[in-house]
Amino acid sequence: MPNMSKTKVPVREQEPLVRATNFDEVCYGYNEEEAVEEATRCLNCKNARCIEGCPVSINIPGFIKKVTERDFEGAYQVISESSALPAVCGRVCPQETQCEGKCIRGLKAEPVSIGKLERFVADRAKADGIKPEGAKVKNGHKIAVIGSGPAGLTCAGDLAKLGYDVTIYEALHKAGGVLTYGIPEFRLPKDAVVAEEVKNVEGLGVKIITDVIVGRTITVDELIEQEGYEAIFIGSGAGLPMFMGIPGENANGVFSANEYLTRNNLMKAFRDDYDTPIYHAKKAVVVGGGNVAMDAARTALRLGAEVHLVYRRSEAELPARAEEVHHAKEEGVQFDILTNPVEILMDENENVTGIRCIRMQLGEPDQSGRRRPVEIPGSEFEMECDCVIMSLGTSPNPLISSTTPGLEINRRKCLVATEDEGKTTKEGVYAGGDAVTGAATVILAMGAGRAGARGIDNYIKSKEANA
Amino acid sequence: MYKIIKKEQLSSVVWLMEVEAPLVARHCEPGQFIIVKHGDEGERIPLTICDYDREKGTITIVFQPVGVATNKFLDLNEGDAFDDFVGPLGRPSDIIEMSEEELAGKKFLFVAGGVGVAPVYPQVKWLHEHGIGADVIIGARTKDLLFFEEQMREVAGNLYVTTDDGSYMHKGVVTTVIDELMAEGKEYNHCVAIGPMIMMKFVCLTTQKYNIPTIVSMNPIMVDGTGMCGACRLSVGDEISFACVDGAEFDCFKFNWAEAMKRSQLYKTEEGRAMLKYQEGDTHHGGCGNCGGEN
Repeated sequence: MPNMSKTKVPVREQEPLVRATNFDEVCYGYNEEEAVEEATRCLNCKNARCIEGCPVSINIPGFIKKVTERDFEGAYQVISESSALPAVCGRVCPQETQCEGKCIRGLKAEPVSIGKLERFVADRAKADGIKPEGAKVKNGHKIAVIGSGPAGLTCAGDLAKLGYDVTIYEALHKAGGVLTYGIPEFRLPKDAVVAEEVKNVEGLGVKIITDVIVGRTITVDELIEQEGYEAIFIGSGAGLPMFMGIPGENANGVFSANEYLTRNNLMKAFRDDYDTPIYHAKKAVVVGGGNVAMDAARTALRLGAEVHLVYRRSEAELPARAEEVHHAKEEGVQFDILTNPVEILMDENENVTGIRCIRMQLGEPDQSGRRRPVEIPGSEFEMECDCVIMSLGTSPNPLISSTTPGLEINRRKCLVATEDEGKTTKEGVYAGGDAVTGAATVILAMGAGRAGARGIDNYIKSKEANA
Repeated sequence: MYKIIKKEQLSSVVWLMEVEAPLVARHCEPGQFIIVKHGDEGERIPLTICDYDREKGTITIVFQPVGVATNKFLDLNEGDAFDDFVGPLGRPSDIIEMSEEELAGKKFLFVAGGVGVAPVYPQVKWLHEHGIGADVIIGARTKDLLFFEEQMREVAGNLYVTTDDGSYMHKGVVTTVIDELMAEGKEYNHCVAIGPMIMMKFVCLTTQKYNIPTIVSMNPIMVDGTGMCGACRLSVGDEISFACVDGAEFDCFKFNWAEAMKRSQLYKTEEGRAMLKYQEGDTHHGGCGNCGGEN
């Protein structure tokens, strides 16, 4: 008989006002008893809608069943069949719009806490020293993967499991992509989680070479012609930050969320023993409403600032995960919704002194289906601040597309690639993740990495068949 | 790991290192830069490529230690290695893209100030290898700070050396040399100026008088060097450019100098504090504003 409790087993977290002053992980996750109890809430549906909601189609009822049986290694192997990064996904996936959003229990009560269970299984496996299983036999085919973020790691992991000889090229000095430079420590611990997941992928036989910027240090054509790779997967992400184009945006104290977070996460500027500086604001205004905006706001808060988040639509349209918005509010981030910046104010030394905003109201639905924000005439006002963090999204870096003949991009500068296999317009070259879709989520990038691995496997096999 | 095969002190404040980085050496061109980092705690430091040897697979960098990270580089000796050395970054210099006819039609003047001698050198050398002798002005505050004079003389057409205090060769700043050369009747139609921002600004004001198109090379604050952080953004005309991907060289007549100078000052206080802490080591007891010590 399943546990018919209407609510999720609550998860333990650091007290909001305590955690707002440190960079330790917010959520402690379930312990064994909590996990088993929550697992018994799963109805083990035959036609499991949660699996449809998962971009990498994890057998969710399958792994949860194993948790109820306390077979945690079995649960981990079920997840590993579909996901290379369960400790990451359990922490950063937007479950409310994916697996948990489809959970049948969610119709009348709270859905099963699938994300927290996934995290528990992954953390438990790590504690018990359990690793994903690699290929028994190598097939000798060399594949290069560009970028060690979620798309690249997933693609490389999948191909290695199939027996391919895979090398990942990473532009930065550390692997992990957005998991390392973008998502903060308090949401995704770097040493305990990201580095471990990267090690697991290396454990499958994948080589990772850092400090190589494909398009500058070496080109895609050279990887194929000189280094002997038979196929390439491009998972280089969407790295270029967007700005609003309003007056004052180059003032001192205005940052892209990318810069602010990279300094803090990759370069660990929040720690005294690291050399990279970061701007310690007294009052910071973060512009935007996505997960990155929440990360930037909560980081600024932890660095000692009073933080306002300015978003031009209403709260219902905030694109961030519900949990991030909830956590940000609990910690004391102040939300100024239906507000849009029009100018950044500065002193004679070009240091930020404030921001001029205008109030908005919602009009007719726009192309995205969301109601278009419209300015309310005469509603301009000024807010004092000494820091503005622009979190307006990113676009793909042209370094690879501009140096690879035959690789087409669309008008948004994203690589053109098929959805089912990640096939680009250049033979043997596959792509996925933000480089193809523009800024999206970790899990969608992983889904695309998986599709790319499938495409590459099919390509190599068909080449062999025709040889 | 990127092995240091040569370390040399060039002047009282400037150091040279030749580093093994075969992939960078295979692809780099004059005008490009690298980012070097050492130690887990180290900062990513952008440095312009001063020379390269494709066969040996080495890159030569020249730097003046100012902050903590660059001072720590001095702890490394020949045979040691940098943890990270990535590049080449930025666009190659315009001269690389020019056709032979275009090059033949150019009368080049290079103006190098301070450590700016290092990034000017590979461009002048490249022109020399293509049969063109460019005129070069090297400016230093005083004789002790001068370096690379002989190397530059070997590849330059005419070399003019000037010191602000007159301790060596000509006395005066680089712009006075430009004025004198123009008064002598010299003709130039392409100037490249690299050095401290204030020097580049005044070179531009001077060359503008003579209608000489002038290129400057910027080294603003940056983090990743691949276009990701936007810290290096600069106003060029009505456009926002990222020095790391759109530069580092820019047409100086459209440049917003006041903004660029102020942007480069952003972390001055933090850097000063960190440097104080580093220099004083265990004896550090205040003054940095961070540790609660007195003063």
